Amino acid sequence: MLNEIAFYLIAAVTLACAVAAMALRQLVHCALCAAAAFAGLAMLYLQLDAEFVGFAQLLVYVGAIAILIVFAVLLTRADEIIPGSRQSSPSSLMGIAAALLVLSGIALPVLSSPSLHRLPVTTAAAPVKLIGVELMTRYVLPLEMAGILLTAALLGAVVIAMREEPETKLDPRPPAPRRAETGEVVSLP
Amino acid sequence: MNALDQIFVSTSHWLTGLTPASVQPLVSMALAIAGLMAVFGTCFAVATICERKILGRMQNRFGPNRVGPFGLFQPLADGVKMLIKEDIVPFSADHAVHFLAPLALTVPVWLAFAVLPFGRNMSAIDLDAGILFFFAIGSASELAVFMAGWSSQNKYALLGAMRAIAQMISYEVPLVLASIPVLMAAGSLSLPAIVQAQNGAVMGGLPRWNVFTPWGLAGFGLFMIAAAAESNRCPFDLPEGESELIAGFLTEYSGFKYALFFLGEYLGLFAVTGLAVTLFLGGWQAPAAALEWLPSWCWFAVKFSALIFLFIWVRATLPRLRLDQLLNFAWKFLVPLALVNLVVAVVWWQSGAWRFPGALELRWLFGAGLLAGPYLWLGRALKGGKPAPHQYRYAE
Amino acid sequence: MLGRGIIKGFFETARNFCGSYYDRARLTTVQYPEVKMAPWENARTFPFLIYDGQDPIAGLRCTACTICAQECPAHCIEIVKATAKRADYLGKMQLQPKVFNIDIAVCMGCGICAEVCPFDSIKMDQIYDLLATVYDRRQTLDSVKTGQVHDQPGENHSLVLQLKDLAKSNDYFRLLHPTEAAAVDEARAEEQRKAQAKKAAATPPVAPATLATPATSAAAASIAPTMPSAK
Repeated sequence: MLNEIAFYLIAAVTLACAVAAMALRQLVHCALCAAAAFAGLAMLYLQLDAEFVGFAQLLVYVGAIAILIVFAVLLTRADEIIPGSRQSSPSSLMGIAAALLVLSGIALPVLSSPSLHRLPVTTAAAPVKLIGVELMTRYVLPLEMAGILLTAALLGAVVIAMREEPETKLDPRPPAPRRAETGEVVSLP
Repeated sequence: MNALDQIFVSTSHWLTGLTPASVQPLVSMALAIAGLMAVFGTCFAVATICERKILGRMQNRFGPNRVGPFGLFQPLADGVKMLIKEDIVPFSADHAVHFLAPLALTVPVWLAFAVLPFGRNMSAIDLDAGILFFFAIGSASELAVFMAGWSSQNKYALLGAMRAIAQMISYEVPLVLASIPVLMAAGSLSLPAIVQAQNGAVMGGLPRWNVFTPWGLAGFGLFMIAAAAESNRCPFDLPEGESELIAGFLTEYSGFKYALFFLGEYLGLFAVTGLAVTLFLGGWQAPAAALEWLPSWCWFAVKFSALIFLFIWVRATLPRLRLDQLLNFAWKFLVPLALVNLVVAVVWWQSGAWRFPGALELRWLFGAGLLAGPYLWLGRALKGGKPAPHQYRYAE
Repeated sequence: MLGRGIIKGFFETARNFCGSYYDRARLTTVQYPEVKMAPWENARTFPFLIYDGQDPIAGLRCTACTICAQECPAHCIEIVKATAKRADYLGKMQLQPKVFNIDIAVCMGCGICAEVCPFDSIKMDQIYDLLATVYDRRQTLDSVKTGQVHDQPGENHSLVLQLKDLAKSNDYFRLLHPTEAAAVDEARAEEQRKAQAKKAAATPPVAPATLATPATSAAAASIAPTMPSAK
């Protein structure tokens, strides 16, 4: 009973934050609400006793990706749009239709799946050791692929950042001798 | 002295026993929370006055010595001052975010105390992924720094916040990397299990704490440096350096909100110090079996105080690092050393079964040698060197 | 080696920390106002008047020539001459000031009044912690036992110091500025000797002829050329 109340509460907060993340005017507010939505997701994982995934979600999403979004917003100064101007275009109807399509595509299979009728799991939650063992034996190939992908992304970021810096080396030649030293009169421009 | 050792646990059990069974989980949680807040709140007050007096002594002066005997009531005076100050919020500031930022900083930091084992059977929660919880919570408080800086609508505060976040995310990498060998050695992410894994004595009577291994010593150093940077502590206190950006991201905060930031920073320091004690110094364990008469939480307090004194000592000694020096230090020096530390830890671990005479010395030699190489080489390569002679350009 | 400087720094701060508990050199704080550092001899704040002997009125060196009041750039000295004359240390009849006020709120401590005074009667004081309360003045004057009685009820508590506040004995001056006081005292003693010698040479010697030794006349003859012809 307490579990259900907790679930509804967390789900309501997550949904509200997610809606706010797209509906608010100030872009930084949207980013912060998105971070709150990530935290809500993490709490849902924790409510399902998935400790590792929950904390990893917090660490990665709230600790890194939210900050990345915020930095991107700030460095591009994209939040300087006039607040209060609502853009309504004829394609918004198509947008709503597409959204409904996607929602039904996700919701219908979930609602009609047999997993809803399964009894709740009574076995203990997977300890982290088990996750580690599985990652190193059964899922080692996806782990290594993810590692390679992340390394490539990191290296690419460093390369891009390095290339953008212009070469500003000081001119190593000594400055030209002043004409006044040779005795001539220097006329100032 | 088992009774004294378990005094907090047994008191908590007794008090929960007095309440009806339906609310007992809540009551035990509330007791743990109240206990932690009381202890670490007092610790915060004591730490501020100790820091100021120790800093003073190291700088050839007295610390505060007017309020109360030896200035011991100074935290009370500071507290009263912070509370009665006017709460100024800039007119163009974002009021909601400005209000939430101190909360967003302090709440995750209080949460971090829940997993630290302060004594035998004395961690509030024994999470299976305890250390991951700790790091996740730590990274959640970085967003609060950004919120503080941005909501003030002050370009200096924003700059300070950017620098603070850059510093914090850069130093999270060495922090986590330095603690990975500990997890490998303990075989678990749960903090009480890590403390248990440092049980017993190794050859020569030295306890089996992680700090007495080559990778543990290096990891301890790396962890302490990264911890100082994570909690914006000198020599990494550029974000709040008063001579640099007024008060950095705290510029527009006054009164109680500033006190909350201050509290959050110190509590973050305490949490990370507690983690360092747990990971590297054997947690609540006594160094030798003969010293077991002191309760486990007393040993934790002793080690904790020693590390806090070390932080204060470092603050008194070292000048502040500039931002580019800071970031270079993290990425180009600490991260490679932490990775080498991993290798050293693996070799140490794998050679743990060696029993021939001189095995310990050989393992130590290998570990220290493998670490010393990158240390010296990187140290030389990253040194600034003499700047180029200034090219004078005359107006023609 | 990387980190060597840091280790040396740690040793230094550790030495400071431990040494501050027993070594005076490692704890250089002076806990004002319980302990005050003595000012240097040349330190100066605002002026005071000197009197010789015990009586502040009779021994006052000031002759109300008003040079200091004229030279003061801030015009903070107010002098009103008295009518009665009295003899100074050389025997000459001099005026006295009836009113001598210095507004130390205006005074900028330049010391010009002390430089130009021909009678060495106004010199610079060293009181730096003067507050307009009786309690503090009592404390600030306490450090020099001059026998002065300045802190009676009804005394001047404003920042316009009057003659009775400004007049301090020569012993106080000697305490504050020993070198300068020694020089001034020696100069005054020298002038007094010259004046007495001149007086002795001017009046014919009434002593018996047995005492008029050639040494005495030779001494008188040797002094005569050096006497200023200020007749």
